[in-house]
Parts: sequence; structure tokens; C-alpha cells
Amino acid sequence: MSSLTVKNVTLKFGGLTAVHDLSFHIPAGSITSIIGPNGAGKTSVFNMITGFYRPTAGQIMLGNENLVGKKPSQITQRGLARTFQNLRLFPNLTVLDNVKSGMHSRTKQTVWGALWHTPAQKKEERLIEEVARDCLAFVGMDASRYRIAKNLPYGEQRYLEIARALGTKPRVLLLDEPAAGLNYEEKENLIELIKRIRQKYELTVLIIEHDMGLIHKISENVIVLDYGQKIAEGAPVEVLNHPRVVEAYLGKEEEAM
Amino acid sequence: MNPLGKKLSIILSLVVACCLPFLTNNYWLDVATLALFYIVLAQGLNVVVGFAGLLDLGYAAFFAVGAYTTGILMTVYQWSFWLTLPVSMAIAAVVGVIIGAPTLRLRSDYLAIVTLGFGEIIRILAINLDITGSASGIYGIPRPSIGSYMLAGQMDFYYLILIIAILAVLAVKRLGSSRIGRAWMYIREDEDAAEAMGINRIKMKLLAYSIGAVIGSLGGSVFAVKMSAIAPLSFSFTQSIMILLAVVLGGLGSIPGVVLGAVLVIALPELLRSVEDWRYLIFGVALVAMMLFRPQGLWPARYDTGKDSAHEADTLRTEGSDRDVQLDSEKCNA
Ligand SMILES: Nc1ncnc2c1ncn2[C@@H]1O[C@H](COP(=O)(O)OP(=O)(O)O)[C@@H](O)[C@H]1O
Ligand SMILES: [Mg+2]
Repeated sequence: MSSLTVKNVTLKFGGLTAVHDLSFHIPAGSITSIIGPNGAGKTSVFNMITGFYRPTAGQIMLGNENLVGKKPSQITQRGLARTFQNLRLFPNLTVLDNVKSGMHSRTKQTVWGALWHTPAQKKEERLIEEVARDCLAFVGMDASRYRIAKNLPYGEQRYLEIARALGTKPRVLLLDEPAAGLNYEEKENLIELIKRIRQKYELTVLIIEHDMGLIHKISENVIVLDYGQKIAEGAPVEVLNHPRVVEAYLGKEEEAM
Repeated sequence: MNPLGKKLSIILSLVVACCLPFLTNNYWLDVATLALFYIVLAQGLNVVVGFAGLLDLGYAAFFAVGAYTTGILMTVYQWSFWLTLPVSMAIAAVVGVIIGAPTLRLRSDYLAIVTLGFGEIIRILAINLDITGSASGIYGIPRPSIGSYMLAGQMDFYYLILIIAILAVLAVKRLGSSRIGRAWMYIREDEDAAEAMGINRIKMKLLAYSIGAVIGSLGGSVFAVKMSAIAPLSFSFTQSIMILLAVVLGGLGSIPGVVLGAVLVIALPELLRSVEDWRYLIFGVALVAMMLFRPQGLWPARYDTGKDSAHEADTLRTEGSDRDVQLDSEKCNA
């Protein structure tokens, strides 16, 4: 478990300020949601935390360590794992091989071990398989392990992405709109799953989500973004009734419809 | 194919490969030797293009590095052939990294052009440097010997390259099913997702280039002593294309497919010799038809074969469009 702190982070794309002077703190072991209208900068915040975008200014701290300037793979190695808003599986590989990817940074066999099939290499391969299958079993997908990822139904692909993220043995898990495209039942299962994840893996969870019901049910803390700035933060009940949030968030939603 | 059938067919092809010198004439033995060289080269390229998904149009450069290193060390410095192997492999690994490094941020079409350029640079260096014998190349490369036995006959070299080919296939197979091979495939499937899963793409791409280069150089070293003379002509752009062709024809990332592709690329034009002037035309038409009707290759890679045999098998289709390149920003924003 680790706390995550974002300090005065700004992100500019040329003239566009996608995120402006944003600060927040996610306590270890909590489940926090980030909400906000489309284009508010939520995914950009994830991309900065995970090293895909470099903030124009500010710091991002995992525990006591600044993550800014590190490569995504280094950040994953330090215990952050993410899913993507639009599925980003390894489409032509099996479900099992997809999840095995997480263990890459937790293992160390080299070309030598692979060529000679050394005992250490075999042992490591068994461990990789074991961890991957545990993660699959956890999301209820072990039976599909030899299927090709792209042939799975959409809902299962979403679960697979979560299993794959768990395979990295993270301390902080970032989920970018995990419920997008799921039906009611799948959403209910997802809520259960996220709660079980925190319990079993003792994780800090950060979720970008649109579904108000889901946010109410699982998050302890909600951060609201609009135009790249934080406009409210607090417990779900308070925040979702906050006048500025209702105006910024729901107002725009109606417009969009 | 079930595991038993697989084993049987591997044993059968090995037996045929071992007996071949006694079953054919010199002409076909030479064709078979060339096919074995192509198996080595195509497996090396398979690591780069098939596993890691990095298009390389200059692969013959590594073939050249191996051939010239062995040629120079043996003629100028009188080294033993066997001692030149580790040196040429090491040089190739370094050249692989040097060529790979500037291409790391590039995707598909740009990558193709840069690798093509590097392939040409190596060839032109070979034409212009004194140490590589300029345009006429290096000749009088001595025969290698094992103890007091000198490898000189056609058959000796056939068996030498057969052993190298078997080792190359084994090595690529084992790498492919290791965490390193999987990392390459993750990069091929989705570079950003691979990075997000903790895979250092720069390191793994450079490793793919190096391993590919080492295997290619091994082929080159043996080529040098087999031919006993080498010239820049053997390392042309066409050579790179023919090796790539073997990989694509057989099936990107598929080890048996690439073996098949290498054999076909060499054997088909020979089989078509009877139609003389038309043979490359027919060969070309066959390739176009093949890419239209079976773009995944003759023997495509399968990723759905687990240890348990009883499971629902999805068929794998890797159409080119699946792997098409998206803009970086588009990908990260997703
Ligand atoms: N790579 C990029 N290049 C340019 N603009 C970007 C990029 N990524 C995001 N943006 C812009 O930043 C803003 C925030 O986008 P995003 O973080 O995806 O919002 P959200 O996830 O809240 O819908 C948008 O205006 C978007 O167009
Ligand atoms: Mg988003």
C-alpha cells in the first residue's frame, strides 16, 4: 500500500492547458474516484502519473519518491498499474500470455536462461504462470486462459485488462473508466471486484468513472475536474451535490445529450 | 497438429535433412545448402520482424558483418575459423544496437526506410574500404578444420550449416517461449501497453536487433568459409528482401513457417528453371496471390496452444491492418 500525491501539476499541449495547477492526495488503501466532463483532463492525469506524459510543472509522489521523468515501465516496476480507457490488450495473444506480461518486471531471467532452459529459468516460468493464473482466477477468467484476447466478449476484455494490471503486483491501481460499455450486471460485478481487489491485494485504487451509481457505491473520496482544474473534493454525497459540480458536470452532460 | 504428430514430423524432416547428401546430386545439394543458409538468416530476421514487429529492410548487413569479420580475420590475421565466430557475433551484436538505436522511436514505414539506409551503408562501406577488399571483395579464405580434418567438400559444408540451422531454430524457439520472447510480442502487439506493463521497450527492442544480428552474422561467417570468397554483391538490398520474403511467406513469428518460407524462396525458382525466362514472373505472381489470399503466411504462428490439449481453439488471423500504426498521441490518449 502506498499513498499517491500530486503536487501543483500542470500539463500543456502547445497552447492548450489540459491540466492546470492540480494537487491532490490519495491516502494509502483508499478508493478514490476522479470525475469530470469529457475533455476535463482525467486521462491526462493518469498519463502523467504513469509516465506517458511528462507534466509541464509539478511533482507526482509515490510515497516519498518523485515519479516525474521516469519511464512508464519504471513507474510500473515501482508499483503502479493501470488500465486504459479504450482497451489496450495484446489482441493476438492468449488471455494467459496477456496476464503473464505483468510478471516481466518482477522476474529477471536473461537470454542465457532462455537458451539453456536452466533450472532457475524453469522455476521462474512456473512462477509467472502461477501468478498469472491466480490473477485470472481472481477475476473469474481462468477457464478462458487459452483463448485469444481479441475474440473475447467486450465485458471479459475489460476484466482481462484488470487481471493483467494485477499481474504486475501493484501497490496502486489506476482504472480509466473501467465500467464504460458494461451492462448493469457487469457493472455490479465490477463493483464487487474492485472491493475484493482492495481487500485481497491491499491496494490503493484510483478510478476515473462516469457512472454516478458506481461512484456512490465504491469511492470514499471523489475529486472533480473541470477544464483541467479541481473544482471539488470530498466524500461522494457532499461532492456530488456541490453546486459547482452539478453545474459543471451535469449541466454539460445534458448539453451533450 | 497433436504433440506426437509434431514430434514425428520434426524427426522425419531431420532424418531427410541428414540423408539428403546421399539422395541427390551436387546441384540439388547446393540448392539445399543455400536453403539452410536462408533458414538461419530468416530465423534471425524472424526475431526482429516476426517477434518484435520491427520491420527491417537491411538485414543482409548483418550477414555481411559476419562474412567480412570472418573473412578478414582469417585472411589478414590467419585466425582459426572457430575463433572468428565469437568475435563476429560480438561485433554483429554491437552493430545491431548501433543500427537499432536511432530507429527506436520510429514506427513501420519510417523504420523501413532507416533500416534500408543502414543496409546500404554497410554494403557501400564494403565496396569502398580497403580492408574489405573494395568491389572485388575478399578471396582465398582458408578452409576451416576440426582437429586434423579439413572441411572442404560440398557435403562438409552442408552438414556444418545444417548444424547451425538446427541451433538457430532451437535458439529462436526457446527465446520465443521465454519471458524475453513474450516481451517482444507484447511490444509488437501494443508498444504502449507493453511499456505500461513494465516492459522497457528500448531495452527489449535493442535486444531483438542484437539477437537477430548475431544469428545473421553466424550465417555470414559460415558463408565466408563455404564460398572461400565474398563480395559486396552477396549483401545487396535484394538479399535483404529475399530474407524478409522467406519470413513473410512462411508466417511472421512462426518458426516452422519461417523454415518452410526459407526453403520455398530458394527452391521455387530452381523448380521453375524448366520455364526459363518465365520463372521469376511466375514466382512473383505466386507471391502476389499468396499475399492476397493468405496474408498471414503459409504456416501462421499460433498463440493459442496451451499445455492442456483440450480447450477451445480460436484461429489466429494476423491481417496487416490489425497491426497498422496509429499516431502516438492517439494511442496515449486512449
Ligand atoms: N496527446 C495529446 N495532444 C494534444 N492534446 C491532448 C493530448 N491528450 C489530451 N489532450 C487534450 O487534453 C484535454 C484533456 O483530455 P483527456 O485527459 O483525455 O480528458 P478526459 O479523460 O477527462 O476526457 C482535451 O482537450 C484533449 O484534447
Ligand atoms: Mg478520458
